[in-house]
This record gives sequence, structure tokens and C-alpha cells, in this order.
Amino acid sequence: MRLLAAYVTGLVFGLGISISGMANPAKVLNFFDFAGTWDPSLAFVMGGAVVVTFIGYRIVLRRPGPLLDNAFQVPTNRTLDTRLIGGSALFGVGWGIAGFCPGGALPALGTGKSEVFLFVAALVAGIGCAKLIQRRMR
Amino acid sequence: MPLLLINVSPEPLSKPGMKGLVVITEFTPATSALGGALIGLAAVMMMLFLGRIMGATGIFSGAITPTSQRNWLWRVATLAGMISGPLAYLVFTGGFPVIDVPISTPALMIGGFIVGVGVTIGSGCTSGHGVCGIARLSPRSIVATLTFMATTSLTVYVIRHLAGAV
Repeated sequence: MRLLAAYVTGLVFGLGISISGMANPAKVLNFFDFAGTWDPSLAFVMGGAVVVTFIGYRIVLRRPGPLLDNAFQVPTNRTLDTRLIGGSALFGVGWGIAGFCPGGALPALGTGKSEVFLFVAALVAGIGCAKLIQRRMR
Repeated sequence: MPLLLINVSPEPLSKPGMKGLVVITEFTPATSALGGALIGLAAVMMMLFLGRIMGATGIFSGAITPTSQRNWLWRVATLAGMISGPLAYLVFTGGFPVIDVPISTPALMIGGFIVGVGVTIGSGCTSGHGVCGIARLSPRSIVATLTFMATTSLTVYVIRHLAGAV
């Protein structure tokens, strides 16, 4: 049941990404190209997603817990550290180069396009390297 | 920076909708908002069913570097659902979503590597920080989102307008 719920949730996410244009690097890069071929569509993706999540979370988080698990697991860390800001800044640089973010690229694997597989392979390498370095530094 | 060159041809391509290799995309407020609403619905479903954040980074990292079976299986199932998304789109519309990659393969892979490092150190990406975190009014996610939106814009500006790529 947990796995079915997880699958359907992923499917809704992947369908949303496909409809929204977030899986299309040309569209993503144009959103950030204010001085050139600007396409404001992605503001509507973020807007739609945040409004629905904001309202939905307020209803769901009133419950004592989730339907298929023991407790809500939401991050409680509130410190603004250099890792958060440095990591996010780096992510933006990569996103600005490639036009894919993880949430856009992973569903796009389903189209079978070779570029998506190349991006995800590089993504895996980056995640692996960062995890190795983080483990060494601990 | 030859790796980052977007348009290497001095003359614009004559193909409609193309300006060099920079693809001109159509403004799609309705479908983009609808897709965004579905992304939000998925975030709410994830919280309702499993009590988790619907962040692509956390789910993907947990799926490729498993810690325990209980923490691994639901992430793999979510990932399988995400990858099925374009197939559902195919069923509804009769075609796959458009994917135009207006950059070279080396640039795509360098970008992918940097994204991987960044989201791991920064603990999240557009879905985890940008959607779920902002909806929770998390100060960390708001700062993270403002940071990556700024550096993404700056990167696109530098590549397309300062490096003379377009």
C-alpha cells in the first residue's frame, strides 16, 4: 500500500512536470534569460505548485500523522549556514548551464531521450562525489 | 569557453522558432500553471500518505544510496512513478513532452555534475526547497530558493550575453 501510494504520487509529480514544461531545458533556460528570449511560463509552474502545496499542507499537517506512516518527517533545521547557501548557489550555476534540475530531469527519463540519461549520469556522479567529500569531512 | 558555446554558427539558423541554437519557446501560462498544480498535488499526497517532503533530490539520493530497506523502497517506487509521468502524458496527449536541449553535450554533463554537487551540499532543489519548503515558509528553503534563482539567472546571463555565445 505504501509503495502503491508512493508510485501514484510520483506519477502525479511526473505528469505535472511533463505538462508544465519543467522537463524542457530550452523553456527553463528561457525563463532565466530576461535579457534575451524570455519565457515567463515557469513562474506559473512555481506559483501553481506553491499555492496548492501551501493550502494542502495546512489541511494535512493538522492531522496527528500521515495515513501510511507513523509520523510526519519534516525538516526542523532552521540554521542558515554556508553549506545551504553555497550548495544552493552551486546548484543554480549547474541549472543555468544545463537547464535541467533533478525534478525536471528524472521524470524526463521516461521519454527515453539520450540527453536526459547523460544529464542524470553526470548528476549521479556529482551526488556521489559530494557525498564522499561530506563523509571524509565528518 | 568553447565548451559552453551555444551558437557556434555566425549566421542564425533559418528554422522557424530557432535563434541560433537558442530555442524560442512559447509562453504557456495555462498548461504551466496546471502542471504546477499537479506538482503541488503530488507534494500534498506525499505528506498525506507518507509524511515526507516531495523533493526530487532527497528521493533520488535516497534511492541510489540506500540506508535501510524501509527508507529505500518507497523512494524507488516514487522514482518509478516519476519516470512513468511522460507515459501518462503520452496517453493523454498522444505525444511525449517536448525536450529541447539547446547546449552541447559536454556543457550538459558539466552542468549535471555541478547540479549533483550543489543539491547534495545544499540539501535540496527546486521541488524540495522551491515548492515544499516555501509552502512550509521554511527560512532555509526561502534563502536556498532565492540563492539558486539568482545564480541560475546570473549563469544564463553570463553564458548567453557576456560570453558572446548568442
